[in-house]
Amino acid sequence: MFGDYSLGDLGSIFVMQGFAGLILFSVYVLMALGLAIIFGQMGVINMAHGEFMILGAYVTWMTSNLFQAYLPSLFAGYFFLAMILAFLASGALGMLVEWALIRHLYKRPLDTLLATWGLSLMLQQAYRSVFGAREVGVELPQWMLGSLHVTDSIEVPINGVFVMCLTLLITISVAYVLYMSRWGRQVRAVVQNRIMAGAVGINTEKVDRLTFGLGCGIAGVAGSAFTMIGSTGPTSGQLYIVDTFLVVVFGGAASLLGTIASAFSISQTQSTLEFFMSGSMAKVLTLLAVVGILMLRPQGLFALKVRK
Amino acid sequence: MIINSRFFNRSELMGFIALAAVLFVILPLTLDVFRLNLVAKYLTYAFVALGLVLCWGYGGILSLGQGVFFGLGGYCMAMFLKLEASSVENTKIQSTPGIPDFMDWNQITALPLFWQPFHSLTFTILAIILVPGLFALIIGTAMFKRRVGGTYFAIITQAVAAILTILIVGQQGYTGGINGMTDLRTLKGWDIRPDHAKIILYFVEVVLLFACIGIAQFIRLTKLGRILVAMREQEDRVRFSGYSVANFKIFAFCMAAVFAAIGGAMFALNVGFMSPSFVGIVPSIEMVIYTAVGGRMSIFGAIWGAILVNFAKTSLSESFPQLWLFGLGALFIAVVLAFPNGLSGLWADYVQPRIDRLFASRKSKSDWNGNSVADGAPAE
Repeated sequence: MFGDYSLGDLGSIFVMQGFAGLILFSVYVLMALGLAIIFGQMGVINMAHGEFMILGAYVTWMTSNLFQAYLPSLFAGYFFLAMILAFLASGALGMLVEWALIRHLYKRPLDTLLATWGLSLMLQQAYRSVFGAREVGVELPQWMLGSLHVTDSIEVPINGVFVMCLTLLITISVAYVLYMSRWGRQVRAVVQNRIMAGAVGINTEKVDRLTFGLGCGIAGVAGSAFTMIGSTGPTSGQLYIVDTFLVVVFGGAASLLGTIASAFSISQTQSTLEFFMSGSMAKVLTLLAVVGILMLRPQGLFALKVRK
Repeated sequence: MIINSRFFNRSELMGFIALAAVLFVILPLTLDVFRLNLVAKYLTYAFVALGLVLCWGYGGILSLGQGVFFGLGGYCMAMFLKLEASSVENTKIQSTPGIPDFMDWNQITALPLFWQPFHSLTFTILAIILVPGLFALIIGTAMFKRRVGGTYFAIITQAVAAILTILIVGQQGYTGGINGMTDLRTLKGWDIRPDHAKIILYFVEVVLLFACIGIAQFIRLTKLGRILVAMREQEDRVRFSGYSVANFKIFAFCMAAVFAAIGGAMFALNVGFMSPSFVGIVPSIEMVIYTAVGGRMSIFGAIWGAILVNFAKTSLSESFPQLWLFGLGALFIAVVLAFPNGLSGLWADYVQPRIDRLFASRKSKSDWNGNSVADGAPAE
């Protein structure tokens, strides 16, 4: 399949496809970060994660409409406000869900999967009732359009660079919060041993709620980023949920580094293969490879040594 | 009678009789053919639910990929029917007569090799059982031998469902793509479309369902069933007692796969087409929902779950399309939060004790009168 291209062409193809893959990588990482916190740290399988992401996307869409209607002069900067709003909206919904639903199910992890699936159905229907079944697209401000010409054959879209920087920033802050801050230490303590954490005076219920909210909030930011690469519809989130779970599992559930590495390898494989074959076959091959590797190495790429 | 009373205890026997009466007598007498055919469609999911009771309820293995096996069974059947419907006379207008229409649309000029054996009905029936069975064996061996279980297993089976759907949709020329295989007409020359054929197919399906119920009940009562339950409760203890946990899990998973495949094959026959929308992630999870609503621990409960949820789905989405997803989602959350044992749990907690009391009081009265009726004898 490489035979028809010269070496220089191949180089450009890999760079361009690699970059296209990097945007997919950003959405994967943001989605998977939230999921890795919820699934990896809390053991809750949140099938509604895609719907939290879509909530962020809708919030972004509404913010952009609001700015267009009332504050056209500030439109260039709406995205930053939209991201914060998306984080808050999804995070708040996440905390509400944790309080109403998830906290009753910590001892039955498989049942969280079923309950959150029910939740995702309800959220999808709610989006359909409120925003309509048609997919909506967000208008980007002028400065995000266009692309940087690196060489003659290589072009890099600006919004892609922006999304990537954003992802990097969020990943670093999440890592900082989890591994450096006092609250992150509490989260990890609760994960390792809920009873002992409670015994030394950590309010485990509060930690759980905030952790779940943080995971969902990051999904909301992923939704903001998502509006740049796809249009938002009530069921768009569902398309990403399996991929994201695979990313998390492939990376090793409790490892942030593993999540990033696996998101990178999955998105790059898929994006590079897409150039040489149909999109569906690229996806099939990528997923097959992931499932195959997982069968050989079920603990994922980067597994923490845990005593069971 | 002695074997029977051991095979089903009294409440199970009542469940059996009630289900048999409804499926064999009441529904065929009261419903028109269109509705009966809908029930036949619901019952195809009952096969899947039955498999899930064994594998999830008893074995504790949650598979989110039952749609894969349902689809494999359905596609095997549909391939046979499609080949028969694409005889050379029927497809004269195509540029290559004698191959299925979707292949002709996709510029395929010869029947692919893996389609060839599906000219034979015997091969097809074997394939319906063996293809999903072997596939489940491969997945199960790879996963359970490495002690992958629980949530990981669920996610990986879900990924397999996603892969198969994308593959079917993507390989349009070989599988019919997103439209699936439509326009299935005859089975060995016997037209499956008219009303009387639908009624016969309905009864064939119900008989098959009862056969599967028998197998499931048999598995449940043997030592195998007890080991499955023991494994679900304390996997390590079973392993330390010297049992190969992985093999039992593989067996339960394969059994569930074969049941699902039979359901899929009956789906293709009863509904007259097969498409990837019955294979993917969403239908697979819905199948788990039927089982959970009916009661994951109860064979009859799961079957009622499949019938009732589908019935609610049809009637709600006919009259209130907006509310259907809300209803399904809320039902599901309610079942998981409040009634983990589903309808059968509710039945066992609230209805069964009343019935038992009724029986007990009548029995003591008749004992007192001196003409006691032997327990279970009227069931003859």
